[in-house]
Amino acid sequence: MTDTAGSNVYSPYLPQRGHESEPRPGAPAGALARKPSRLAFGRLPRGGILFGPVLLILVWEFASAIGWLSPKFLAAPSTALVTGYDLLVSGTLAEHFLASAKRAYLGLGIGVAIGLALALAAGLSRIGEASIDGLVQIKRAVPTLALIPLAILWLGIGEVMKIALIASSVMVPIYINTHAALRGIDLRHVELARSVGITRSEFLREVASPGALPGFFTGLRLAVTTCWTALVVLEQINTSEGIGYLMNRARDYGQTDIIVVGLAIYAALGLGSDLAVRFWERRALGYRKALNS
Amino acid sequence: MNALAQPLNLPPERAGTEVRLRGVTRSFSGRTVLRDVTLDFAPGEFVALIGKSGSGKSTLLRAIAGLDDGVDGSGTIAVPDDRSVLFQDSRLLPWKTVLRNVVFGFRAPDAEARGRRAIADVGLAGREDAWPNALSGGEQQRVALARSLVRQPRLLLADEPFGALDALTRIRMHGLLFDLIRQRRPTVLLVTHDVDEAIKLADRVLVMDDGRIVLDRHVGLPHPRPKSDARFEALRTSLLAALGVSDDV
Repeated sequence: MTDTAGSNVYSPYLPQRGHESEPRPGAPAGALARKPSRLAFGRLPRGGILFGPVLLILVWEFASAIGWLSPKFLAAPSTALVTGYDLLVSGTLAEHFLASAKRAYLGLGIGVAIGLALALAAGLSRIGEASIDGLVQIKRAVPTLALIPLAILWLGIGEVMKIALIASSVMVPIYINTHAALRGIDLRHVELARSVGITRSEFLREVASPGALPGFFTGLRLAVTTCWTALVVLEQINTSEGIGYLMNRARDYGQTDIIVVGLAIYAALGLGSDLAVRFWERRALGYRKALNS
Repeated sequence: MNALAQPLNLPPERAGTEVRLRGVTRSFSGRTVLRDVTLDFAPGEFVALIGKSGSGKSTLLRAIAGLDDGVDGSGTIAVPDDRSVLFQDSRLLPWKTVLRNVVFGFRAPDAEARGRRAIADVGLAGREDAWPNALSGGEQQRVALARSLVRQPRLLLADEPFGALDALTRIRMHGLLFDLIRQRRPTVLLVTHDVDEAIKLADRVLVMDDGRIVLDRHVGLPHPRPKSDARFEALRTSLLAALGVSDDV
């Protein structure tokens, strides 16, 4: 994840700062092999970020094997792996996984659409900002969990309530980041747009939207993890399928291996979604690549 | 200021007034930046405006460009609608390719073909599909120049367009700008802090100080204008004097 550490501080004007060291294509790379400075950390080699997680699993497996970790307390990674494989083969896992994924991504889709619409309305008109921004800020201050009682009273304990709550928690990071990006649009671009005489709709399409896209992607990266986080809690309420249900039932029977499987699936989904968004982000914002190369 | 009303010796077919300013005053939160500026630019005239930082030269350019609404002020400004601004920074939209930046907001049936020609004119043929971030500072500014010229404006307003470039790139940009302007003959207002640049390029040099035009000189030298020319040197000395600077080191 280190390779995109700089993407959160994106500014379209970064390249201008780089004038003094213009990277020219074709410059002999590494012709002058220099020793890395001791003052700055070198870059991690590819996959270096996996060191910590792999170490943890090894220690954990070792502790289980020599009996320090009782399976009642926490199942060994290898046990969880076998259990996960069994669940996969029997089809149980797929069924629960699909139920969870449907909730999460339906909520994500609806939340992104609402967050985006609100951000555009608030970012591009004063009346929109006056009526929307304060409300979303208040919504942001209220934890999603605190809305569960009301949501149950209004929407029941079924799927609608769960998806609505996921959407409402996803909406917030999308709104906050997209709105901030729209408000922070470069005034010099606005001036340029005026001087070349474009219409308001052209401005929205060609200047405001692309300018806000990096903010939207930051929001989306937060949103894909938020939707799974919200799901974990919501799947403890009146469900008979879903990863959360599977884990709750396992708790009742003391099956820590299934709990570990569930946790691993949540982690994999969170990371996988984040990777997918980053891949999309890199393609959509390919014009920034010249900054880092 | 009475010196401004001098008639200009122009070819008759281009006589007239392209830009007309009368009693233009601008102030920012109580501080007066332009004081009663009255000016006329003839069609096709290349005017350089020099002055110290804070003398009001950029404010004047922005007033002529119509980019200063919300600023307190009075006076009248008559300019052609058909004008283009060249900013100090290239102001390319980073998410648009070179070609898309050049034709940004340019409505002509053959906009794209003309955009390609303008890119070739500034020496960037082959870079049409490059992202601005992949270009050097000088190249970015050339794209900005192409963006201004493709519109074939009647009035080109350039606000220290070479200020951020290194000395060598700047010399090349001078040549490029001069050639392209000769071909198309727009009226030009070039704001700069570089006296040599002003003398080298302009037909007429205005010196601004504390919101007023304090000197208005026609250059009247044939091109090219080597700095070694005694007339160049004399004009340079008088312009520097008007700026309150002496050059003897």
